[in-house]
Amino acid sequence: MSVLIFIDIAEGKIKKASYEAASYGAAIAQQLGASANAIVLGKSDELLSLGNYGISKVYNLSNESLHHFDAQVFTKLIADANETIGADIFVFSNTTTGKSIAPRLSVRLKAGLVSGAVALPDTSNGFVVKKSVFSGKAFAHIAINSANKIIALNPNSFSVVKTEGVAEIIDLNLSIPAGKVAVQSVNKIIGDVPLSEADIVVSGGRGLKGPENWGIVTDLAKLLGAATACSRPVSDIHWRPHHEHVGQTGLAIAPNLYIAIGISGAIQHLAGVNRSKTIVVINKDPEAPFFKAADYGIVGDAFEVVPKMIDAIKKLKESV
Amino acid sequence: MFFKQPNGIIFAIKLETEIVQKSIYKNNFRFMKILICISKTPDTTSKIAFTDNNSKFSTDGVQWIINPYDEWYALVRAIEIKEADPSTILHLINVGGVESEPIIRKALALGGEEAIRVNSDVADSYFVASQIAQIAKEGNYDLIFTGKETIDYNGSSIGGMIAECLDIPFISHAVKFDIVNGNAVVVREIEGGEEIDSAPFPLVVSCQKGMAEQRIPNMKGIMGSRTKPLKVVEPVEISALTSVVSFDLPPAKAGVKLISADHPEELVRLLNEEAKAI
Ligand SMILES: Cc1cc2nc3c(=O)[nH]c(=O)nc-3n(C[C@H](O)[C@H](O)[C@H](O)COP(=O)(O)OP(=O)(O)OC[C@H]3O[C@@H](n4cnc5c(N)ncnc54)[C@H](O)[C@@H]3O)c2cc1C
Ligand SMILES: Nc1ncnc2c1ncn2[C@@H]1O[C@H](COP(=O)(O)O)[C@@H](O)[C@H]1O
Repeated sequence: MSVLIFIDIAEGKIKKASYEAASYGAAIAQQLGASANAIVLGKSDELLSLGNYGISKVYNLSNESLHHFDAQVFTKLIADANETIGADIFVFSNTTTGKSIAPRLSVRLKAGLVSGAVALPDTSNGFVVKKSVFSGKAFAHIAINSANKIIALNPNSFSVVKTEGVAEIIDLNLSIPAGKVAVQSVNKIIGDVPLSEADIVVSGGRGLKGPENWGIVTDLAKLLGAATACSRPVSDIHWRPHHEHVGQTGLAIAPNLYIAIGISGAIQHLAGVNRSKTIVVINKDPEAPFFKAADYGIVGDAFEVVPKMIDAIKKLKESV
Repeated sequence: MFFKQPNGIIFAIKLETEIVQKSIYKNNFRFMKILICISKTPDTTSKIAFTDNNSKFSTDGVQWIINPYDEWYALVRAIEIKEADPSTILHLINVGGVESEPIIRKALALGGEEAIRVNSDVADSYFVASQIAQIAKEGNYDLIFTGKETIDYNGSSIGGMIAECLDIPFISHAVKFDIVNGNAVVVREIEGGEEIDSAPFPLVVSCQKGMAEQRIPNMKGIMGSRTKPLKVVEPVEISALTSVVSFDLPPAKAGVKLISADHPEELVRLLNEEAKAI
């Protein structure tokens, strides 16, 4: 029995969510007395660092052509590599990459899949994984009944655990099948913190009255090293780009801190943010439903409150 | 273009001109066949509660809707493709019991020639995907659209599973889809940006916001949907790989701590010292 963790890299860098997946996979291995190994498709000089997250062996295929992602090709490579690795538990992070490969691998290996896992499996009686359902409004405990098992871990649900350890790097020798999907371009929003990976998110709603008033949101975000988000109507009316839309029909996020400014807190909005650890709400209406889901709140006018908050944070930063 | 919201607010939407190429196999006189996967989910405002020792979702008073990603994005985009090329064939598929039929009819009221219902309870994602793949294989579809995920189970896995069953490409999280020179060109959302992919047919695409704008069925559509064929087929034998053990709800929040609007610095202090969040 062994655990194989898929490590996702972008431009040679290991993604934060993959370190979480590594720690999570290592914890499962420990729970079962098995070994935790990683597979990396592509070139990276950060592979040794995986030893610090509980990984024993890193299986690597460092071919340039893997720089472009094709889920069909990646799935086949993982299945082929596993012929010799022999893992039976596979861990992905539940990101766009994980969501493209894990389901395919599930079919290929006849491995039951639980996506959106938020905790370690309960192995006391079978193999039961807790996952987020109803857009964060509830949890389900799902038993994986097949011999091979796949878990896709939600980002920001499992803390990375650093250990002292050394990983052994093993080069894979596999022939890479021709892919059918051609990646024509990748456009990253430069300079911004990606919303799905952000520790802190500052979000604005219709209460901000217009795109010209977003300065207070972006200033606060910049100061905190945070990503920016918005409610659905705000992106629908093009005050902010679509990719910032969080909620039931947008992105679901689970940052450490979510600051909602001028957002009423409709149930569909909450569905995308209620897994945040700490929620702060700034709204001028004391009856705004968001206050019921918040940890801290200020009833007041955002245009007065937020600049004062910015000043206070600047002072705090100066004092440390 | 201007839209009026239910609350009376009128707002403007930028409409992009999109070119959808004519039938992909035009030279071979073959029409494009699209299969759209439609699932049934509780309305977004439904109360989330469980019965039978927390092992079943309580359907008491639940209003069932078409999963928003399937309806607003997958189905509407497919309808747009057909509007640009009327020779396109649109079929809908649902795996579910007879209780799915109202939402299937509603989807047919928006568009599509016929629907197929695989008459079975939903055992797990692998089961559902295998059923859809079976129908897709028999029907020789060029393009299979799913939603990005269901808003109840949040699996986001059925599209990828169907693609692997059929050994064809899968492009997830599509925000834009076009047919250019017989190939699919898809803009997909990735963490912190976008990726533009092209792929040959057949393929599976999972759809999300950006693909299309929500539509409301009109009277003609609703009347017409009643006479459209809704074929019921029996499932192929597949064993599920997973099963639901139980559900639970997150612990209730302790309650909000309110800070005076005159003292935002107090909020900053609490976030720093108490919540250790900044
Ligand atoms: C099927 C479905 C799916 C949906 N999916 C989503 C989704 O994914 N995400 C989402 O966000 N919404 C979604 N919605 C819409 C949702 O129901 C709400 O309409 C929306 O979230 C409201 O956005 P808002 O809070 O920005 O605007 P509003 O509801 O207009 O609230 C604005 C708030 O700002 C406050 N305010 C005004 N001025 C100030 C000021 N000067 N200072 C401080 N506060 C001020 C007001 O008190 C008010 O509470 C969905 C709806 C449906 C039906
Ligand atoms: N029972 C079903 N019948 C038909 N299509 C489904 C069914 N369940 C899910 N789907 C499709 O698969 C997509 C992803 O579902 P899921 O993987 O469960 O999140 C949905 O948006 C639907 O398009």
